[in-house]
Amino acid sequence: MITKNADNPTKTTEVEQNTLLEIKNLKKYFPIKHGILQRTVGHIKAVDDISLTVKKGETLGLVGESGCGKSTIGRTIIRLYEPTEGEITFKNQNISHMKERELRQDVRKNIQMIFQDPFASLNPRKTLRMILGEPLKIHYNHSRKKQEEIIGELLEKVGLSSKFLNRYPHEFSGGQRQRIGIARVLTLNPDLVIADEAVSALDVSIQAQITNLMQDLQAELGLTYIFISHDLSVVRHISDRVGIMYLGKLMELGTKADLFQEPLHPYSQALLSAVPTPKKQKTVQRERILLKGDIPSPANPPKGCVFHTRCPHVMDRCKQEVPSLLQVKKDHFVACHLY
Amino acid sequence: MTKINTVNESSTEALLNPNLNRKPDTMFKIIVSKFFKNKLAVIGLIFLTIIILSAIFAPLLTPYTPEEQSLRDRLLPPSSDHLLGTDKFGRDIFTRILYGGQISLLVGFISILGSVTIGAIVGSIAGYFGGIIDSILMRIVDTLLAVPTLFLLITLVTIFTPGIDKLIYIFILFGWLGTARLVRAEFLSLRTREFVLSARTMGVKNRSIIFSHILPNAMGPIIVSATLGVGGIILTEAALSYLGLGIQPPIPSWGNMLQDAQNYTIMLKAWWYPTFPGLMILITVLSFNFIGDGLRDAFDPKINE
Ligand SMILES: Nc1ncnc2c1ncn2[C@@H]1O[C@H](COP(=O)(O)OP(=O)(O)OP(=O)(O)O)[C@@H](O)[C@H]1O
Ligand SMILES: [Mg+2]
Repeated sequence: MITKNADNPTKTTEVEQNTLLEIKNLKKYFPIKHGILQRTVGHIKAVDDISLTVKKGETLGLVGESGCGKSTIGRTIIRLYEPTEGEITFKNQNISHMKERELRQDVRKNIQMIFQDPFASLNPRKTLRMILGEPLKIHYNHSRKKQEEIIGELLEKVGLSSKFLNRYPHEFSGGQRQRIGIARVLTLNPDLVIADEAVSALDVSIQAQITNLMQDLQAELGLTYIFISHDLSVVRHISDRVGIMYLGKLMELGTKADLFQEPLHPYSQALLSAVPTPKKQKTVQRERILLKGDIPSPANPPKGCVFHTRCPHVMDRCKQEVPSLLQVKKDHFVACHLY
Repeated sequence: MTKINTVNESSTEALLNPNLNRKPDTMFKIIVSKFFKNKLAVIGLIFLTIIILSAIFAPLLTPYTPEEQSLRDRLLPPSSDHLLGTDKFGRDIFTRILYGGQISLLVGFISILGSVTIGAIVGSIAGYFGGIIDSILMRIVDTLLAVPTLFLLITLVTIFTPGIDKLIYIFILFGWLGTARLVRAEFLSLRTREFVLSARTMGVKNRSIIFSHILPNAMGPIIVSATLGVGGIILTEAALSYLGLGIQPPIPSWGNMLQDAQNYTIMLKAWWYPTFPGLMILITVLSFNFIGDGLRDAFDPKINE
């Protein structure tokens, strides 16, 4: 791959080789339309100025409460949405405003998504063979036999049998469908897989099967995951690094160990205090921190730090100035005026 | 690949889902079998099949021609010579109903084929792309919907001589509007479904997403509305013909047969004259409606046997 950012002096080549995805000041605003003339009367700031990088082979977990913009950031990275502002650089290529035709050429097959709802993410009118065959047909020119062979191998990889190739999605259970979704993603041999609440709709026992499968496949195929979930314990299980989101902003980003043992942001502290600590870990069970008030609307977020309306440590400065995401130690970033 | 028989699906799930061990059914089979479980729909289908077949094979089923008059045989009640009696010109009503069926069904099917095709294309494009394209197309639809159809028809008919072709044009011109709206609504709800998003992230082209991913999922409502639509057109055609604005005599249609019979004294003296064409309209429209309802349930993947 040709390095397009070679003229950027702040980056060493070593970092670049490891970086698969970099997003800078990414914003995605949805217009709020009103009346018969469909005038734009405001914006939902679903993703508001987020920057982060994803390294090859790692799993980055993104957590946050419902509506904080997790799905939106995932869908913007995979370019189902066009960013309002900011840059998405994937494999040293700026894909922020690529046209659909360009995306199809080599970006689409390299970024894939596993969706939340295993009942909605497979076309009910297509058989398993068609579902898995279509991406292959689009991007490769395999013979029929070769295609069947690839599909058979993939099914085996995700723990399904190729006996089922003529079946329709409604004939499978939720866990099996999610396996199909994973197999479909793998047909294209992607570098980056975005899993948006991939296990949230499944029973707890099946959840573990699927996350374990995802981990095995990652080890085998060298996949990179962005794992989006509102469930901290799942994220803790699968992630290497974790980002915590609130109202379209990234509040804290760090390695799993740092973040779960020593969360710095008051919001992270509150969020994590609600999860029981696993027994084997030595950390003291934190006292449950209850936040006052409700999450403000993303259409009208608070000035300054978006969290200040609920923050137990709020200062005057927080109501005026937006804190930027600062590095407090290696691989640990926090957006808070306390640090 | 050789170890196909190994049970390598996660064991608990395989146990939970025993129906995977059945032979697979195709979607088509499932829909057909669900349809045939609906009694009214099947009755509708039987009636309609009989009506269509007898319209097609009319010349084999009757010794008379529809326009053959016999002044001696005016207003004869049903008998073995004239199964459904004769009209005021001594024409055989059974024969005229058969040939009238040809016209009514032909107008119905051609009109619906044209209007559903146009409506599906316009609705798909508007619903899938949204934005300005959608606004423009839907304003056109709204405008056309605001035209009082009957009034326009009467105007057009007074300018041009009414005929089968013009009737069909007008039915198509105004018939696609409903389909377009329906298909658009389907697309609006389907285009953000995860399987469509997933197709996009796989790099599937818009055209293929519209026609191979979304449209098959909207086919149920389209076929249902088309089926109900044929019934509606037959009814409208009958109404227009009854008003003298549709199919022109001596070509028979169920509507203009009713018109012939509208004289009060005829209705009293010859009950068979208005009854049978009326009954045909009723049965045909009802059949289409029953079939439409049956199809609606059969296409719904949520309703299982
Ligand atoms: N296509 C859209 N059009 C308009 N607003 C949207 C759209 N998608 C998301 N939003 C809004 O953006 C905000 C963030 O939504 P998003 O789905 O990204 O949240 P989330 O973190 O994934 O939540 P959840 O946990 O419920 O999935 C919400 O307020 C939502 O209503
Ligand atoms: Mg979401």
